[in-house]
Amino acid sequence: MSERTSKKVFSWTAVNTVIVIAALFPVLWILSLSLKSADTVTDGRLIPAKFSLDNYEGIFTGSGGDVFTKALFNSLGIAIIATLIAVTLAAMAAYAIARLNFPGKTVILTAALAIAMFPPISVVGPLYNLWRQLGLFDTWQGLIIPYMTFTLPLAIYTLSAFFREIPWELEQAAQVDGATPFQAFRKIIVPLAAPGVFTTAILVFIFAWNDFVFAISLTSTERAQTVPAAISSFTGASQFSAPTGSIAAAAVIVTIPIIIMVLIFQRRIVAGLTAGAVKG
Amino acid sequence: MASIQLNHVTKRYADGFEAVKGIDLEVADGEFVILVGPSGCGKSTALRMIAGLEDISDGELRIGDEVVNDKAPKDRDIAMVFQNYALYPHMTVRENMGFALKLAKVDKAEIDRKVEEAAKILDLTGHLDRKPANLSGGQRQRVAMGRAIVRDPAVFLMDEPLSNLDAKLRVQTRTEVSRIQQRLGTTMIYVTHDQTEAMTLGDRVAVMRAGTIQQVASPKELYDHPVNLFVAGFIGSPAMNFFPARLSGGRVHLPFGDVPLPASLRGAPDGQVIAGVRPESFEDAELAPEHHKGESFEFDAEVELVESMGSELYAYFGYEGETASSDQLEEIAADAGLADVPGAGETGRVVARLSPESKAASGQATRLWLDVERIHLFDPHDGSRLSAAKKSGSVGADQVATPASGTNGAADAG
Repeated sequence: MSERTSKKVFSWTAVNTVIVIAALFPVLWILSLSLKSADTVTDGRLIPAKFSLDNYEGIFTGSGGDVFTKALFNSLGIAIIATLIAVTLAAMAAYAIARLNFPGKTVILTAALAIAMFPPISVVGPLYNLWRQLGLFDTWQGLIIPYMTFTLPLAIYTLSAFFREIPWELEQAAQVDGATPFQAFRKIIVPLAAPGVFTTAILVFIFAWNDFVFAISLTSTERAQTVPAAISSFTGASQFSAPTGSIAAAAVIVTIPIIIMVLIFQRRIVAGLTAGAVKG
Repeated sequence: MASIQLNHVTKRYADGFEAVKGIDLEVADGEFVILVGPSGCGKSTALRMIAGLEDISDGELRIGDEVVNDKAPKDRDIAMVFQNYALYPHMTVRENMGFALKLAKVDKAEIDRKVEEAAKILDLTGHLDRKPANLSGGQRQRVAMGRAIVRDPAVFLMDEPLSNLDAKLRVQTRTEVSRIQQRLGTTMIYVTHDQTEAMTLGDRVAVMRAGTIQQVASPKELYDHPVNLFVAGFIGSPAMNFFPARLSGGRVHLPFGDVPLPASLRGAPDGQVIAGVRPESFEDAELAPEHHKGESFEFDAEVELVESMGSELYAYFGYEGETASSDQLEEIAADAGLADVPGAGETGRVVARLSPESKAASGQATRLWLDVERIHLFDPHDGSRLSAAKKSGSVGADQVATPASGTNGAADAG
């Protein structure tokens, strides 16, 4: 290895190390906080003097009762349902946009994008009133609907890009082979667009899972409160103690499903799946 | 198996452009018909209308005895091989070939049997469990054919199936296609822009230009008796040479001399014409067939270049005077690149195919012999072929050529 390349490798390593540390240090700090007992939370050490799982025990079985478990259940349910519906609808819309020429196509795309341009905070007030009138306040549907609205535009854009990549001849070949348009969509297009579908699903899921603004405004009880909202209502053991340890523990727990989901779907996101379809 | 009938089938796009202008074509049961023409002539569109992938704007399409204009592709009992193969990349070769049968809910054992049978015909048995991405171009092409074969459809449609293969493989696969069609005896419509493929494969060839069929005939008929300049220039390689010529007093005035009017054209009216001569109608004067010598014509040509192909020589020579011009020739030239159509460009060059024993050499004058009986004459205005019976310019060449009128060439030749 020449001196120049080793220098290059060294500087790359240095830069990457800095970035990784900067990105992961807060996570590490939260993890460390969650493992400290109440009396050492403020000691400022990265490695806890004494490892304790009290905080974790506390959020599942502590004085708050089952606030956290209920919230976890709500979060999972709402995020999964929102993801399923959003991806299914987006797939169909994106397919139409990618394949068909119909009047108003650009209007639909622009309108979808326009919706995503509103910051959530600007619609949350009206939604609060509206949901109370409609009886959707503090229900699962009350959160699923805004999550879908805000993720559909992105999902439609991502998926239509993936669908456009799939050669049209494949579908025509399927049609000639005797498939109905829906069969061609389900058996040829969707499997080939799988990486796109999973990418979209992850994005939608993360949005729904991490959302705080809608969750805190449109829910009030454990009926529909999701984890981010529930964490904010954590209280300390006494009036004068901050619930730092519990919050840290909850934050660690709440990232686990995301990590699992990404790990599972990452296997499905294989580049070059369409290789060999057509001679390019 | 079924016959196919196109009655005045038209494809008109929303902007009013007509890609296919009312073509009539009849394909008999078990016949192998080629649609050939330069790019943009509407041949693929015509095929896709037969497949049901494009709507038919006007006219009637029958497969068997049924009008299928409004039927979905899946209800037409057709199989199609696409130019880029369109294999399903997420399925193995076996699944690709069996997909249509699976959709038709055919018994699993039956699917396996048919797929393996087709694989045997196509020499794919060892590759059945591989994905398309792991196959070579030729193998992918065969899988695409296999997918059509297992269906045992009424009609095979092929859209330039060989154009993505390299030259050697293309020749091999061409004979393969021919063999399979003969073996299965299925009606087949095959689209290509390659006149060699058209000539070697089809029972009959339909030459298309700008959305119309110019001539439908057997390859030999097309070659010997093209109905107009376009067909004459498109079919044959190297292409036919064209010269401006004059007819007067029973003689044809060519740029390099006067020749007697061919017997078959005697009685044609005097006037300006375009003469067409196939490269092989020339020969080195010393090697000219003896029995022809008297009634034919010899002239001296300044040979500029000689290309030896081993089995034959191509001698290129120029001539003085104007070049033949016609929009039909320009169309061919534009499609093929000027070099492929000597005489159609501005160079006034002629190519002659000589016997390999010829002494012709680059830069030397050579005495050439011309088979006068095989000169073709065309009307310079509409490009139609002149015949003894026909007055020049009476019938437009752009008119739709039905199979019936397509065979007029035979009558013309007399």
